[in-house]
Amino acid sequence: MLPDPHSLSGPLDPAPEAGWTDAPPRMGFFTDTSVCIGCKACEVACKEWNDVPGSGLDLLGMSYDNTGALTANSWRHVAFVEQSRPAGHPAGVAGAGPQFLGMPGAQPPGRAGGAQGRTDFRWLMMSDVCKHCTHAACLDVCPTGSLFRTEFGTVVVQEDICNGCGYCISACPYGVIDQREGDGRAWKCTLCYDRIGAGKTPACAQACPTESIQYGPLDELRERAAARVATLHERGVGEARLYGHDPGDGVGGDGAFFLLLDEPEVYGLPPDPVVTTRDLPKMWKRAGLAALAMAAAAVAAFVGGSS
Amino acid sequence: MPEAEFTSYYGRPILKAPVWKWDIAAYLFTGGLAAGSSLLAAGGQLTGRPALRSAGRVTSLAAVTASTVFLIRDLGRPARFHHMLRVAKPTSPMSVGTWILSAFGPAAGVAAVAEGAAWLPERGLSGLARRVLPPVGHAAGLAAAVTAPALATYTGVLLADTAVPSWHEAYPDLPVIFAGSALASGAGVGLIAAPVAQAGPARRMAVAGAALELYGSHRVETRLGLLSEPYRTGSAGRLLRAGRALTALGVAGALLGRRSRTLSALSGAALLGASVATRFGIFHGGVASARDPKYTVVPQRERLQRRRAAEG
Ligand code: SF4
Ligand code: SF4
Repeated sequence: MLPDPHSLSGPLDPAPEAGWTDAPPRMGFFTDTSVCIGCKACEVACKEWNDVPGSGLDLLGMSYDNTGALTANSWRHVAFVEQSRPAGHPAGVAGAGPQFLGMPGAQPPGRAGGAQGRTDFRWLMMSDVCKHCTHAACLDVCPTGSLFRTEFGTVVVQEDICNGCGYCISACPYGVIDQREGDGRAWKCTLCYDRIGAGKTPACAQACPTESIQYGPLDELRERAAARVATLHERGVGEARLYGHDPGDGVGGDGAFFLLLDEPEVYGLPPDPVVTTRDLPKMWKRAGLAALAMAAAAVAAFVGGSS
Repeated sequence: MPEAEFTSYYGRPILKAPVWKWDIAAYLFTGGLAAGSSLLAAGGQLTGRPALRSAGRVTSLAAVTASTVFLIRDLGRPARFHHMLRVAKPTSPMSVGTWILSAFGPAAGVAAVAEGAAWLPERGLSGLARRVLPPVGHAAGLAAAVTAPALATYTGVLLADTAVPSWHEAYPDLPVIFAGSALASGAGVGLIAAPVAQAGPARRMAVAGAALELYGSHRVETRLGLLSEPYRTGSAGRLLRAGRALTALGVAGALLGRRSRTLSALSGAALLGASVATRFGIFHGGVASARDPKYTVVPQRERLQRRRAAEG
């Protein structure tokens, strides 16, 4: 029996849904990229606290980003996007896409070569993380029960149970969870399950010097985020928008959501993610029909001929 | 199709490509082969065609054993394969598949072992086994055949229930392709192993299987817009074209070779080859769609635009 279709998509509170009684309020992250300075303190604090192995030295030629993506060994990833914008940057020039302006260099872009060579440019920085989806595809498809929903509504892998089947990795619509080389198991952000259980703040949020990463009860964070967008709009930053805040979206809203200054895909985020299991009842129905057709064909092959 | 306009983060993929290696593509084939040949065996058993029965049972056991090896080999932690048996989760097609395999495997095994009864000496304990085994094998063979359609088609859901764009959107067609491919490969075993006098049902199974397989592949190659592209280009495109050519050859040989054992066997081999090519083609098409951010961004953008237009 499939669970009530409502539990595969749509807004809901995930911890009680998963069977927790007296669950504490759902906790999450609000990452406000408009104040991120790209210091990567979050990346480092996460590695330190969670004892995540190093990923080696890799120069990617992607601005100051030498991490590249969220992986089994990077549970926070700071993205750097360089964009040139026409002088006077009218609000709402969005979707222009990244453009390589030669950072890192000895001087800021446009400084060398005199006034003619100067351009207006902006730098977008964003600390990405597991979204702790309301409807987490990784958790839905895990065949061992290794991935589970905590009392805080977050999504955590149990490393002593994961057998490295890799299903969660193909299922995540954000490309977050990943297999660790040489280890074989799947790893991702735990939202510092050990720390928050002890009433502490996750390591990344604790280390962030600008409060770009904010941790707290999701309801409060959503209110704070809405107020922040309104303030930015008043100040003429028309391109500010929230991402993952809406319980009506394809994953039922994210436990870790963001304030962005451009389209999501500019930061490497999917523009309209949907939890794959939303369509699972329809998939089983199609498989059932195909199975019936197969059985019927086999029966017909044996009874329906002269030889 | 014109080059789609889209933005990305330094051209990097948004999704993680499947970490499944070639073992999983191979399993798609062997799992289907096990299912198809157990149906062939059950048909042979019920209609008095012993050659179909024994070839089907033996192939089914070999294929289901290979399947288990492929599945365990592909795990990041093979020694923990039994953790799959901790839970039964309808939201995880892999969990459902584990339980289907756990039901099918032993039944196929007993049915195949029962084929050995005829070689046992007639006296003593082995004489008893000689009499008891055939009816036990009959029951087990029927149990395997009843589970077989589920084994052949759940793998379509296994691939579709992911964020991999060209697999997910193909969810209505993947089980159809895999059902057809399983029937055709089972029929191939019959065409290779049985004398022409017994191979009639295998010929008809080959035609039905090929029809389902070709219909489903045609749909994924044409119906999905941009997401059909990975199935038509690159190694996936080559594999699916090879699969189609081999299927056509196999069906032609099956129909024309009614009196020739050699032609029948060749057509059976072509059908088995077709099934391998189709499975690897579908597998690689999906992987290619996850590797290129275009296939993630463009369809999602279009979906958003349609929704915004509908909202006014
Ligand atoms: S973002 Fe991916 S890994 Fe994180 S909870 Fe959602 S589906 Fe799972
Ligand atoms: S890799 Fe581990 S956590 Fe991911 S689905 Fe498989 S068993 Fe679950």
